[in-house]
Amino acid sequence: MTDLVIIGGGPAGMSAAVAAYESGIRDILILERDDSLGGILKQCIHNGFGLHKFGEELTGPEYAWKYEQRVHELGIEYKLNTMVLSVSPDKVITATNTEDGIFTVEAKAIILAMGCRERSKGALNIAGSRPAGIFSAGTAQKFVNMEGYMPGKEVVILGSGDIGLIMARRMTLEGAKVKAVCELMPYSGGLARNIEQCLNDFDIPLRLSHTVVQIHGKERLEGVTIAKVDERRQPIAETREFIPCDTLLLSVGLIPENELSLGAGIDLDPVTNGPVVDQDRQTCIEGIYSCGNVLHVHDLVDYVSEEAEIAGKSAAEYISGMSGEKTNITLKTDGKIRYTVPSKITSKKDVKVYFRVADVYRNVKINVLSGGEVIFSKKKPKVAPGEMETVMLKKDMLENVSELSFELEVM
Amino acid sequence: MKRALTCIVCPVGCSLEVELDGGKVMSVTGNTCPRGAKYAEAECTAPERTVTSTVRCTDGRILSVKTDRPIPKEKVAECMKIINNAIAPLPVCVGDVIIKDIFGSNVIATKNINAL
Repeated sequence: MTDLVIIGGGPAGMSAAVAAYESGIRDILILERDDSLGGILKQCIHNGFGLHKFGEELTGPEYAWKYEQRVHELGIEYKLNTMVLSVSPDKVITATNTEDGIFTVEAKAIILAMGCRERSKGALNIAGSRPAGIFSAGTAQKFVNMEGYMPGKEVVILGSGDIGLIMARRMTLEGAKVKAVCELMPYSGGLARNIEQCLNDFDIPLRLSHTVVQIHGKERLEGVTIAKVDERRQPIAETREFIPCDTLLLSVGLIPENELSLGAGIDLDPVTNGPVVDQDRQTCIEGIYSCGNVLHVHDLVDYVSEEAEIAGKSAAEYISGMSGEKTNITLKTDGKIRYTVPSKITSKKDVKVYFRVADVYRNVKINVLSGGEVIFSKKKPKVAPGEMETVMLKKDMLENVSELSFELEVM
Repeated sequence: MKRALTCIVCPVGCSLEVELDGGKVMSVTGNTCPRGAKYAEAECTAPERTVTSTVRCTDGRILSVKTDRPIPKEKVAECMKIINNAIAPLPVCVGDVIIKDIFGSNVIATKNINAL
């Protein structure tokens, strides 16, 4: 029996492990399928990580290294090149690697920190042939930043999420010509600063309300047809435009990797595609926790670390048999706010609630209501789907509350 | 003259408005912290960027690197050329200087690679 098994050795898994150790748990095992710790940060060689967490601007590998050093210092055990095959509801993990073969580990508590994967071309249904030269942005990032290969010379990027923007700059710096970044929505899903430093710095056009409608080429991509879309996001035929290119990068969203969670019988939230969790990041199965991008997709790794610390600390308390004052509060949203994490509160303590909005709204008030009465309110000049928002609920606000409603008031 | 900027110092990305008089910054508004004003001042007078990229190691593996401080923006392309011609010796640790003193900065390693 192992006290705590953490599935995934990326930023979430490592932060959770360190937090659990600091909360007194010593018997910790991290299972990681790649050949080193660090997860996706290893290929994110650009800077901008760690401003919240460390007060300095780090690159992805440096941020990962800070945690890897902590894991080493504390002597936290981990197994690399190890693929977890299943997690059972009674917390038995079946995994495999080339040294141990197929093996099982029984755990008192489990933290799911498997991260997310990219939405692929198959999910998009673009018409045309299927030549070489079409990559997800993250795959291209791995080729360029870790393997040292350039995927192509003339590039169109579909999707203006941060990975797409970062890759537009990276490909340009390495000598490629990025001809356009197309975004289906009328706004970018990426951070404003990435539009500035990744596109504007290099005069790369951002084509809002545009999508790729056709792929051309037999052996290798020869070009794409793009078109403007109407309010219903349908392509407008007369706006079709051919762009010659040999490479198409797709940055069209991330999907939490929850096959193991589903196998264990954990309830998933249909909006986030991650587990339904309480304030401790505990799933519907007692002793199984979830954090990081497997729970919901984050825009900053700093927030991943923060969330993983909550999961690590809570798992430690669970293992030690500590429990707080119980309650049962459901968190509801109004549609303008798409989801909250957590979506329920089961213990009376200060709770930081993270949420995302459905659209870009200006001059808004974020209201938290209990029984029709506003118990918390804060103003924001602008909210956008690409930027996670937070509300801090104090313990004393949770007295005699059974349901909290999160609403966005546009002023 | 007024100039609109997006601050790139942190993920908040404030929309800044700079009042310029003959290339001199008179005032900065829209920033929510002092770093924004500093950024706007630099962006209008001598814009700078941190460069992150990769260098090939002696055995062909790929090492991620960065300039340890921002360099003049107009030197970024030249800096990339120098970085792409460099070869890093092994082993290498986070923070090791790979290229000394280019455009007022050092290019340093951002990951560890062991010798085989």
